Amino acid sequence: MTRITVTGDGATDSDDVEPRTLLVHYLREQLGKTGTVVGCDTSNCGACTVHLGGRSEKSCNVLAVQADGAVVTTVEGLAHDGELHPVQEAFRECHALQCGYCTTGMIMQSIDLLNDNPSPSEDEIRSGLEGNLCRCTGYHNIVKAVQSAAGQLPSTDALERSNS
Amino acid sequence: MTVTEDRQSEATGQTAKEVGRDRRRKEDQRLITGRTRWTDNITLPGMLHIAMVRSPYAHARITHLDTSEAKAATNVVAVLTGQDVKEEQGSLPNAWPIKADQVAPDHPSVAVDRVSFAGEIVAVVIARSAAEARDAAELVDVDYEELPAALDLREAAAADADQGVLAHPELGTNKSAYWSFDSAEAGTGSSVDNAIAAARADGVVVEREYRQQRLIPAFMEPRSVVVDPTGEQLTVWSATQIPHILRFLFAAVLGISESKLRVIAPDVGGGFGGKLQITPEEFITILSARRLGKPVKYTETRSESLMAAHHGRDQWQKITVSATKDGTVTGLKLDLIADLGAYVAIMGGGVPVLGAFIANAIYKFPAYQFNVQTVLTNKTWVDAYRGAGRPEVTFAVERIMDELADELGMDPLELRRKNWITKDEFPFTTVTGLTYDTGDYEAATAKATEMFGYDELRAEQKRRREAKDPVQLGIGISTFTEMCGLAPSRVLGTLNYGAGGWESASVRMLPTGKVEVLTGSTPHGQGHETAWSQIVADRLGVAYEDVEVLHGDTAIAHKGMDTYGSRSLTVGGEALVLAADKVIEKARPIAAHLLEASVDDLEFTGGRFNVKGTDKGLAIGEVALATFAAHNLPDGVEPTLDSDATYDPIDFSYPHGTHLCAMEVDTETGGLTMRKYVCVDDIGTIVNPLIVEGQVHGGLVQGIAQALWEEAVHDDAGTLVSASFVDYLVPTAADTISFETANTVSPSTTNTLGTKGVGEAGAIASTPAVVNAVVDALRPFGVNDVRMPCTPERVWKAIHARDGAESGGAPTEGAAAPHFDEQDTADRTAGGTDGSVL
Repeated sequence: MTRITVTGDGATDSDDVEPRTLLVHYLREQLGKTGTVVGCDTSNCGACTVHLGGRSEKSCNVLAVQADGAVVTTVEGLAHDGELHPVQEAFRECHALQCGYCTTGMIMQSIDLLNDNPSPSEDEIRSGLEGNLCRCTGYHNIVKAVQSAAGQLPSTDALERSNS
Repeated sequence: MTVTEDRQSEATGQTAKEVGRDRRRKEDQRLITGRTRWTDNITLPGMLHIAMVRSPYAHARITHLDTSEAKAATNVVAVLTGQDVKEEQGSLPNAWPIKADQVAPDHPSVAVDRVSFAGEIVAVVIARSAAEARDAAELVDVDYEELPAALDLREAAAADADQGVLAHPELGTNKSAYWSFDSAEAGTGSSVDNAIAAARADGVVVEREYRQQRLIPAFMEPRSVVVDPTGEQLTVWSATQIPHILRFLFAAVLGISESKLRVIAPDVGGGFGGKLQITPEEFITILSARRLGKPVKYTETRSESLMAAHHGRDQWQKITVSATKDGTVTGLKLDLIADLGAYVAIMGGGVPVLGAFIANAIYKFPAYQFNVQTVLTNKTWVDAYRGAGRPEVTFAVERIMDELADELGMDPLELRRKNWITKDEFPFTTVTGLTYDTGDYEAATAKATEMFGYDELRAEQKRRREAKDPVQLGIGISTFTEMCGLAPSRVLGTLNYGAGGWESASVRMLPTGKVEVLTGSTPHGQGHETAWSQIVADRLGVAYEDVEVLHGDTAIAHKGMDTYGSRSLTVGGEALVLAADKVIEKARPIAAHLLEASVDDLEFTGGRFNVKGTDKGLAIGEVALATFAAHNLPDGVEPTLDSDATYDPIDFSYPHGTHLCAMEVDTETGGLTMRKYVCVDDIGTIVNPLIVEGQVHGGLVQGIAQALWEEAVHDDAGTLVSASFVDYLVPTAADTISFETANTVSPSTTNTLGTKGVGEAGAIASTPAVVNAVVDALRPFGVNDVRMPCTPERVWKAIHARDGAESGGAPTEGAAAPHFDEQDTADRTAGGTDGSVL
């Protein structure tokens, strides 16, 4: 067991962890942050994406001991005083989620993408989200949500629909 | 059969404020903030964890199994083998034996002495933590004697006790069931053999073989199950689409009273048919929890999920179409072999049959025959995957319509137009005996071709062909229909299905005027909480915000048939309408009493009972409060407005659509770039356009993925090679494009709201549209098929097949070469158009 101290979503916790414990398991099982989920075992799906030191990271790709002393933000730390993060709001507004399992990781990755590039093109959004799999939405509305959060869509109707 | 016009006009009348509105989803708040209730999030005091030991072999005898080291490992509580549970475990149930003489092996949850597919469970390790269970699973020592494995579905169909390889030697055959439909025998049409013979003499016959590759549903949330044996009661949380069906089947198989079982599907992360199953993992977790008297959890890894959760599709198809020389179709015949995998899954045997009634699609075939042979192999079991039976046949018929058009030198859209059911012919009884309720193929196609720029793209295609542009353009068409709203129970009965197709809903008026709705249709991403609120808000005239929808727990919504087959809205929505109407009828005499008016003088509109011709009235919420107080009710009236309704659909509904795909094909590299995808779907009345679009987008990408990327690949030993997301190519955002979607609206006449289903539409329609586009681009090269998934390698080989260089096709190097892939591709491309007419 190794003692680590992690500042997760604003709270500082000290815990003993097995050296082999993945950050995602530490978050879920020891800190109870079940908003971050596991979708695969090969670091392909991105469902477990969090921010580590301000950058997006697949938390199945990091050992908990590597996060010792670090600041971790999960999807549960995004909303403040009942106010959703603009990317969370955009995901709801644009119907960018269905089952919602990939959503928390997808939101964390989208925020990182926009931090890097506040005005991404559609291609840049698509390649920026390449490491996060979604099986429900076909990505169409996820791309729209990122565009919406970037202020690229008219706010009155975030979706351009052609329903008759 | 149709519902009354009165009901429909009430449903779609002027009080419809919510239906048709793009409400943002009620579900989203917890999902975007991470306050979710996934099964794997559940932790109970003293909970134990399971890890499975699975067979690495497709077919083998277990010669030695030693669990002693695992049992001695830290914090291991128990290790169970097939021998330990063989009396108790019974056989997993098959709910749909399509024929009385269906051959099906027993399906133990834990293999006893023989394994029949790679990934089958041979031992169960239970420990205090998931990590300790997994560590100890490594210590279970199993020796196997490998047996020959039946892997190819056609070889499996040809094998018997004397020759070939049997997946289950004790059965003496791999053939599970043979099911057929013939329109001449059924009296719904003429003889297809006569039609084909006549067309051979004077007309056109096109015959093709297609391969529906094996797919994996690959829902994002791995399956998970938690069982809590508290006292007499057993509570099962499962990441499932079907908590109500599970409750019934657990009770039936385990001999436990249903009343002692509570099954909960909390938030469920996708299903696509993949969680429409009763699984060994669920049974094992129940058995473990009962034995140990403690809560137990099992959550699969992704690799386990890809190996052992049921797969989808996997058919070999032979399709024959006959037509007159002017392009009028005269007959359609399908011969299918469907791979069920190692065991007959809950619906597995019936999935191909779901396609039998819709393979004729939107066309007026006068003669039709459908034959399917289901076979057992030593691969993962196969069952429903988005569309279940309908994508398979839709692919075959939409592909061969393009081939027929090519043979006749007609535009494929023109051929379709010539043969489809016209708007004024509805309701139309087809050659399978079904009656299509409504549709307008002309309108959907006109709208789609306009959005697509069909004529302009055809002109560009011509220019590129003439210029011998290395990048060719293909245009793919799919004008699909499907049957939704599974299903009228009597129809299911005639097909030997083990249950009914009804759905249940309850509406409870609370004293404050708020409304609780229970639905037996358990969602896993479809947005029922939102859409159901919209429907009830309109029906009862209450605020959308005042409706709460509860589901997924047999102790709350106690009755249901759950979610699959695009049934929730057409069947469950109708149950909801009926339950809401019962509330109004219960409230009416109470309102009349309170208003001191005659019941006949009351009208209910906008959520109020008004006395006609006066300004006197009461809101339904006020009636609810008065009913709760019960101080002043008419004599003999029950003091409640709560209502239940169970609705058995009177018929299916038939959504349709026109899908158009423009694909650029780099003929030098085989690389594909999708340029445009347009679809106009007609799903009848739309309750929430936002949700409908989302369903279409997601379906499109799953269908496109079948066309271009996904395949469950086994090596020659029967091991699944694509057993992780490294190799099983679920598309990413970077692989896909944005779509142009629209709707036409032909309200269904088989339910009050006029809705049809939409959950599977995109996945059914898009696969043939995409492959048609690829093949269309390559017509100048004499290509008439590319086997799915249309990888650049296969596209390149198809282009070069006529050169002779690759036509025989040396097997691809590396383990990922799919079974009989190369031979298949070569067989069907080498002949070119010359070989296509028999």
